[in-house]
Amino acid sequence: MSDLNLLYTDVEDDLRSSVRDLVAARSEPATVAAVYDGDRSVVDPLWRAIAGDLGLAGLLIPEERGGAGASAREAAVVLEELGRSVAPVPFLTSSVVATTVLLAAETGGAADELLAGLAAGERTAALVLPLSAGPGEETPGFTVDGEGRISGSARSVAGALEADVLLVPVRTEQGTAVHAVPAADARVEPVVSLDMTRQLADVTLDGVAGQELLAPSAGGDAVRAGLEVGAALLASEQYGVAQWCLTTTIAYLKDRRQFGRVVGGYQAIKHRLADLYAAVESAGAAARYAAATTAEGDPDAVVATAVAQSFVSDVAVKAAEEAVQLHGGIGMTWEHPAHLYLKRAKADQIAFGTPAAHRARLAELVDLPAPAA
Amino acid sequence: MTTTDPRAVEEDLRQRVTDFLAAHDHTTMDRLEFLRARYDAGLAWVNFPVGHGGLGLPRSFQTQVDVQLAKAGAPDNNPRGNGIGLGMAAPTILAFGTEEQKKKFLRPLWTGEQIWCQLFSEPGAGSDLAAVSTRAVREGGDWVVNGQKVWTSSAHKAQMAILVARTNPEVSKHAGLSYFLCNMDAPGVDVRPLRQITGEAEFNEVFLTDVHIPDSQRLGDEGQGWKVATATLNNERVAIGGGGGGRESGMVGVLSKTWREHPERRGAGQHDKLMRLWVDAEVARVTGQRLRQKLAAGEPGPEGSAMKLTFARIAQEASGMELELLGEEGLRASDWTMKRPQHVDFTGRDATYRYLRAKGNSIEGGTSEILRNVISERVLGLPSEPRVDTGIAWKDLPR
Repeated sequence: MSDLNLLYTDVEDDLRSSVRDLVAARSEPATVAAVYDGDRSVVDPLWRAIAGDLGLAGLLIPEERGGAGASAREAAVVLEELGRSVAPVPFLTSSVVATTVLLAAETGGAADELLAGLAAGERTAALVLPLSAGPGEETPGFTVDGEGRISGSARSVAGALEADVLLVPVRTEQGTAVHAVPAADARVEPVVSLDMTRQLADVTLDGVAGQELLAPSAGGDAVRAGLEVGAALLASEQYGVAQWCLTTTIAYLKDRRQFGRVVGGYQAIKHRLADLYAAVESAGAAARYAAATTAEGDPDAVVATAVAQSFVSDVAVKAAEEAVQLHGGIGMTWEHPAHLYLKRAKADQIAFGTPAAHRARLAELVDLPAPAA
Repeated sequence: MTTTDPRAVEEDLRQRVTDFLAAHDHTTMDRLEFLRARYDAGLAWVNFPVGHGGLGLPRSFQTQVDVQLAKAGAPDNNPRGNGIGLGMAAPTILAFGTEEQKKKFLRPLWTGEQIWCQLFSEPGAGSDLAAVSTRAVREGGDWVVNGQKVWTSSAHKAQMAILVARTNPEVSKHAGLSYFLCNMDAPGVDVRPLRQITGEAEFNEVFLTDVHIPDSQRLGDEGQGWKVATATLNNERVAIGGGGGGRESGMVGVLSKTWREHPERRGAGQHDKLMRLWVDAEVARVTGQRLRQKLAAGEPGPEGSAMKLTFARIAQEASGMELELLGEEGLRASDWTMKRPQHVDFTGRDATYRYLRAKGNSIEGGTSEILRNVISERVLGLPSEPRVDTGIAWKDLPR
């Protein structure tokens, strides 16, 4: 609980500007909305630009392993911007979650080449677990036979459609191992998803050969670390979503007139927005604290993450729901981007553990036990 | 001290305190004499100007001085005993007072020789403070004041008060106010305890009957009272709700303790509510931490009002839940005796007190409704409420 810096450094501000400029230039809400109608042509160029041109895919990878050697703080800033623009790119799933899992592998091993490829933005990875799985909920759906062939399936996996390599948690008697499997060898079936800007897929492996990157002695912890960091930094994405909803709604309500008055001048509306502002500001602090503790390896990170997921998830959904309601009729249309944010916010709320699951986890961490059954 | 290098300033300040302590032995000196000497040395509030207890430094350097003096075992000015004086009256006197007024009032205010209270709210002017009807009429070199003030904490202990009164009812309500420094021992000042929902009396009603205030104790120009009062109120917001305590330091900490101590009272629905409140309180703690970092970095912090909104809501929900959790015990109150509390501790006494006292948190220092107006208008830039009280003389307002 040290007094970590919860503001943004100049470097982080610069990073934010470059992400914002790039996304604004390449990904307008209308082009993003096209993914719901099956047109995913925006995804690949945008991801290449972010991962390769800006070099952000390797943020969390140390310099000696080919990355930028940045920290969770910077990755969180990127996620704030990607949330603000509901950008349909696999930064969270590949550059945060899968990367964190791989970083648990020792230097000099088989994971190095893959990490270098990820850092260069040439490769994209996905951890094959349901997007809903939170820390502690990482039950692998795969097994391996005596010849090293992996079989099994996982539903609702995020980032698999964009990935060329799948990180498959495999259940063994000694624990969870993590194998790398070429995506081309797996059956990856797109799912019609609540949030098509992070489209899910069902992944099935039927006796596919993989390469063991993490042994059963290390894989379980690595997967858990990936989900922990994913949950921590998802809060920053959710904060970005919430901020967009708040600022867009306020701008609209300053303009929209009914009964001869600006709608934003009615006290019933103003007070709702004041409450939402208070919630979104608080969400920003909670997300920043989770990112800062994660970046520092602070022992409070696990509490900070559970707090952030419990709080910010709900604020993002609230902000998106208020955006729809306070826009009135236009908020209910396909044409207005509010629905993109509502769908992202609701899916994010369930992703990496529901708020209720995080509160249950938190109760144990801070010694506030649930009633005996 | 003209240097701007913070390290050099720190070092210079450390030396000043060391020299001051060498020249003034607090173990043998009279406490008050020591405090006056500290004021004269510019070590009272370093952000105040030279000659008025300060050195003209940024406020952030004050902590260093306080810590160094405390470590040496020096007495302090018991700042908790004069919160309104130090937090509200002093910065306003500094901003609007004449040299003479600053010389006369700031030193005894800082040393605690004079405790201050605030004569602002009235039965007919709560959120609408500019509607005050207490009249001040000029009579020779004095102002003669008549009216009634309410919710005045410390009035029964105070020697001085900051007072807003109407000097001209013929102009619009904001334009007809003036700001005074009122002696609480003046004839015609009648302080009566205001017994509150908890049974005790933190606050007072103050009746002013033909109270004479010399014109030399008018702060700011005649008719400028609203501007001066606004400066006072801006200094109030920062303190409330900002917290600064650690995890579980507030009402949720008390609730958590009760939860841990009473496993037999735990229920599933209550557990969910507890965890939500715990999370809210922890997020508020981190938000307050970030707010203080922003203020230290010189960024203005519009979250101040938002913090207070959140603080009040959590305190009320948590204290209410604690009573429920206590079940039968929650039905029993400890004491309804009329008392004058020495200190006010929102999380102190017992669960009944906490529940009832927390009701004030969303009313005092700006109601939650007014704070929502403040946030939506001044932070979010939404239109202000339609007004029926502008461009009309105060005396003609419907009331």
